[in-house]
Amino acid sequence: MNYKYFMKKVVQSLITIMIVLTLTFILFRVMPGDPTAMFVKSGIDPSVAEKVKEDYGLNLPIYQQYFVYLKNMFRGDFGDSFSFRKPVMKVIGDRLPNTIILALCAQTLAIGFGIIFGMMAAANRGKKIDVGLLGFSLFIYAIPAFWFGMVLIVIFGVKLDLVPLFGMMTPGLRNVTKLVYIKDVAKHLILPVFTLGLAIFGSYVMIMRSSLLDVFTEDYINTARAKGFDRRYIIRKHALPNAMLPMVTVIATSIGFIVSGAIQTETVFTWPGIGTLMLKALVARDYPLLQGSFIITSFAVVTANFLADIVYMYIDPRIKYE
Amino acid sequence: MSNLNKIRREKYEVRKRNFKQFIKTFFNNKIGTLGFIMLMFFVVVAYVGPNFYHYSPVEVSKGALLAPPTEGFIFGTDHLGRDIFGAIIYGTKTSLIVGFSGALISIFIGSTIGLSAGFVGGGLDNVLMRITDGMMVLPKLALIMVVSAVLGTNIRNIILVIGLTGWTGTARLVRAQALSLRERPYIERARSIGASKFYIVYKHILPNVFPVIFAQTILATSSAILSETSLSFLGLGDPLSVSWGQVLNGAFVNGAVSVGAWWYFVPAGAAIVLMVLSFTFIGYSFDEILNPKLRGR
Repeated sequence: MNYKYFMKKVVQSLITIMIVLTLTFILFRVMPGDPTAMFVKSGIDPSVAEKVKEDYGLNLPIYQQYFVYLKNMFRGDFGDSFSFRKPVMKVIGDRLPNTIILALCAQTLAIGFGIIFGMMAAANRGKKIDVGLLGFSLFIYAIPAFWFGMVLIVIFGVKLDLVPLFGMMTPGLRNVTKLVYIKDVAKHLILPVFTLGLAIFGSYVMIMRSSLLDVFTEDYINTARAKGFDRRYIIRKHALPNAMLPMVTVIATSIGFIVSGAIQTETVFTWPGIGTLMLKALVARDYPLLQGSFIITSFAVVTANFLADIVYMYIDPRIKYE
Repeated sequence: MSNLNKIRREKYEVRKRNFKQFIKTFFNNKIGTLGFIMLMFFVVVAYVGPNFYHYSPVEVSKGALLAPPTEGFIFGTDHLGRDIFGAIIYGTKTSLIVGFSGALISIFIGSTIGLSAGFVGGGLDNVLMRITDGMMVLPKLALIMVVSAVLGTNIRNIILVIGLTGWTGTARLVRAQALSLRERPYIERARSIGASKFYIVYKHILPNVFPVIFAQTILATSSAILSETSLSFLGLGDPLSVSWGQVLNGAFVNGAVSVGAWWYFVPAGAAIVLMVLSFTFIGYSFDEILNPKLRGR
């Protein structure tokens, strides 16, 4: 364990969190159309608005507001949602698992297939299979996730009638066994997972491919080849472990990308997750809820990056013994 | 004086030759050429199409409501009986304008920040890069949604939002490039004969970073087009403009999906995919040309 490296990463993450919080603060308060304007639009009683203003310290000078805001954030207090009339943390907490299930399934599929296809492409560089996979990945990148979801719904939901069109479970499904419930949710999951998974799959193929190709130019690959090892053996034992290193970082940084994809996917399939919640909050001008979900998703990305750095430390000996 | 002119002319000749070489290499690349042809097709459709095909989103339509493709309406009609083919033709320009303008703004901000951070270095570099990291962490679509909701939704603000949120990747890339250039001997030489920092950046660093910026612009354009589409789809676009994203939003909000009215949203989506692909192809072949690491392999 390299403590210096570890501490450096901790400090870096904390600085990033501070910057995210500050940017969010600026975004939500200093720009035109401050929260009070949102209160008026949401048709809230002026006296309530006044009280909320006081609760948030919005009557204070801006620099004092900043410290009140930071204090609330670090206590995990995001205030109360206007539209749900519940603490923001609770509203988000109810929705977060739904997004995590969706993202986790999509991510697992995308990473697995991404690595396999990226390897296939790199091993056959310049051949038909490589060009085909590369073209396919570029093609996927060009497809808006929500549109792909719409196409899938029409084909598999409407025309073939194989899967439900939207939602997370069949409406009115109550008092059933756990197994029936899980089956129902799984059925609703198929299309959204496929939509979100495909949206991120392409970038994994591309990165796995270019990472492997980079490794192929290293001297130790030439050495292995000179020793007369089998091509496949070289790829599996010499190239792959090294090519996997950048993948760890990419998987972590892709969390932010997944959030964007999840907003689109969840909207198309009316999946009750953070993405739809964010859109709902935006349309309803539910300012604390919007800010809360925005900060939570950003935190998720910072945490993922931090974990990736730590994992990196364990899998890359060059860092461990630096 | 004549000597100076000679040097200038030589420099011009070299640049011309390099440019010609670049064009030649680019069009030798099949993917790049295909992308270029596709892009030209869209430009022609956007600027010539409206002269030959009449469409107005506010006019009372003669078409049946949500009707599948027929001879009069080759892409069918929407929930108000409007011609979908017309909306696709007229929306091409919106996508191109949003794509290019959004990309230019983001590239300008990104290059400025990247160059300052990379060349000036020290404390400024630290501050700028920390801010860039912070921006990168924010989920992009969520950020775009929030900023656009605050600014208000019209096409000018959407362009502004896309530009203001999309510069982080460019900043990092340009910074890395500037950092490596800064240590080159010819920069040191320029500094030693008393060139100012601004002069060095403008005359020596910028031309060398330019290929990276150029390739990045292409990618930023497709990303800007996709951002506008997603934003419009989520109902946060400019309701007064005709755009592909707006068509998709209309299809989604009015239930075209659950009744299986595929003609309402398939053409607009396919158009987006093709346009983004054209930029991706061009950008991909630029990368092949400009990235010396890829050239040898």
